Amino acid sequence: MTEPLLRIRGVRKEYGSRLVLRSIDLDVAEHQVVCLIGGSGSGKSTLLRCVDLLETVDDGTIHLGTGELTDPRLDANLARRRIGIVFQAYNLFPHLSVLDNITLAPRRVHGVSRKQAEQSARELLDRFGLADKAQEHPDRLSGGQQQRAAIARALATEPELLLFDEITSALDPELVGEVLDVVTDLKQRGLTILMATHEMGFARHVADQVCFLEDGVIVEQGTAEQVLTDPRQPATRRFLSRVLDHA
Amino acid sequence: MDHGTTAALNQQATPPDENYRPSDRERERQRFRRSRKRRNTWIAALCTVLCLVALGAGAVASPGWERVHSLFLDSAEFRSSLPGILRGFWLNIQMFLIAEVLILGLGLLIALVRVTRSPGLQPLRLAATVYVDVFRGVPTLLLVFLVGFGLPALRLQGTPTQPWVLGVIALVLSYAAYVAEVLRAGLNSVHPAQRNAARALGLNERQTLRHVVLPQAVRNVLPPLLNDFIALQKDTALVAVLGPLEALRAAQIKADYDFNYTPYLGAALLFIAVTIPLTRFADRLQRRAAQRTWAETGR
Ligand SMILES: Nc1ncnc2c1ncn2[C@@H]1O[C@H](COP(=O)(O)OP(=O)(O)OP(=O)(O)O)[C@@H](O)[C@H]1O
Ligand SMILES: [Mg+2]
Repeated sequence: MTEPLLRIRGVRKEYGSRLVLRSIDLDVAEHQVVCLIGGSGSGKSTLLRCVDLLETVDDGTIHLGTGELTDPRLDANLARRRIGIVFQAYNLFPHLSVLDNITLAPRRVHGVSRKQAEQSARELLDRFGLADKAQEHPDRLSGGQQQRAAIARALATEPELLLFDEITSALDPELVGEVLDVVTDLKQRGLTILMATHEMGFARHVADQVCFLEDGVIVEQGTAEQVLTDPRQPATRRFLSRVLDHA
Repeated sequence: MDHGTTAALNQQATPPDENYRPSDRERERQRFRRSRKRRNTWIAALCTVLCLVALGAGAVASPGWERVHSLFLDSAEFRSSLPGILRGFWLNIQMFLIAEVLILGLGLLIALVRVTRSPGLQPLRLAATVYVDVFRGVPTLLLVFLVGFGLPALRLQGTPTQPWVLGVIALVLSYAAYVAEVLRAGLNSVHPAQRNAARALGLNERQTLRHVVLPQAVRNVLPPLLNDFIALQKDTALVAVLGPLEALRAAQIKADYDFNYTPYLGAALLFIAVTIPLTRFADRLQRRAAQRTWAETGR
């Protein structure tokens, strides 16, 4: 067994007196897609934010490759360059065109020349079916297009690890498909992805591993097939029957 | 997810976590953070002290220091002048408070007139625009002169004659123009969807303005608004040219009498004593407002 790319051990996070993550252990191997599922408030977003160093953990360690992300001596900005994150609310910069949104970090943070950054940005846009939207501003794009642009932006810096936080839950059902296609494409290209999702069907389709979170702990973890069709834990069964009822 | 399920999830009490002990790694991390914080505090303190010492040494070493010291920093003069200046300063505070209320009212009125679109109000809108253009264009000191000496000269029935009242009128005219523009920017900054959401709930135009648009507008422009009020607090000193015994005027009289400028320093300190807390208060409000705005954008 090779070393996992992302190794989370005993991660704990409190907001005030509220314990949000208790003791999370999770491995993400290279080229794997791992899905976090769980009810609202179970801590999925918090875990992703801890990995991206948007929050400091209150205990435990997170390693990316051989480096420890939770080392306080570490320069968080340097570490974040190796990670790409996409949020539910896109968070594209409204004052920049799609192309400039994508080339901002490669040019300003990674020192790529404008020409080169724009060339790779156009390749990404092409791949995601947004070639004709390069010069548009985000407010002129549909939700699905904005989300694909946001994914392109996260990819532009060639991160080792991608974090997706419910990237389809702000979208109309007919737009969900086009974003999920992009994720499937990324999986085939061998990217490593840790994502929170409410799309059980998609999780089954794309995930190598599925983790069910409840109340700040990973209650059950296994292959997508096993967790989603044959859950061992009663809590997982309860959750799944609830979301499948609603669907 | 529907309401019932969400509520049920939130009600689930977090089981107690008494047997949690921080790991060695976490304790080591906390030690490191503490020591780095200590180091940063030391560096900050050292840099500040060094700067102050350098500035002080520079002042004392300057050739005119002896003269400045006796003319501006006479402690006996300071003590004897302070009570009079303080009495005068009370008038500044009163002018400030009265003017502030009137400015908010007038400024809001003008801002509302300027953002409405009903065609019947076109004359009013024009008047408001002209008002803002004129009173933002005239220097406040000039306005104090014009109102202070011009208004009584008209000999109209019922015009006030006390200089401080005239001074307040001038300040209100000038600052209402600024505040109106700040509030107008705030009203325009509220997203149209917010107004629609309120109207969709059945709130009428007035209720929408009062309960949805205005609170957000004010929140968005709180920093520039408070900035204007801090400036107003200082500008009450301009009324000194009309002669009422406020802080600057009191200091001036004493300084002329004693041939010593220390009373001015006393007046300056009094103004600072009020504006600094106001500024800190503004910072606090701004931070709180910013936090709430972030909460809305979600995570
Ligand atoms: N900044 C914060 N301050 C205080 N509490 C917070 C903060 N952020 C999150 N929480 C709390 O932490 C808990 C977990 O939140 P989190 O956003 O991780 O849930 P989630 O699993 O992503 O839920 P959802 O599926 O609704 O996105 C919630 O109960 C939330 O109220
Ligand atoms: Mg979330």
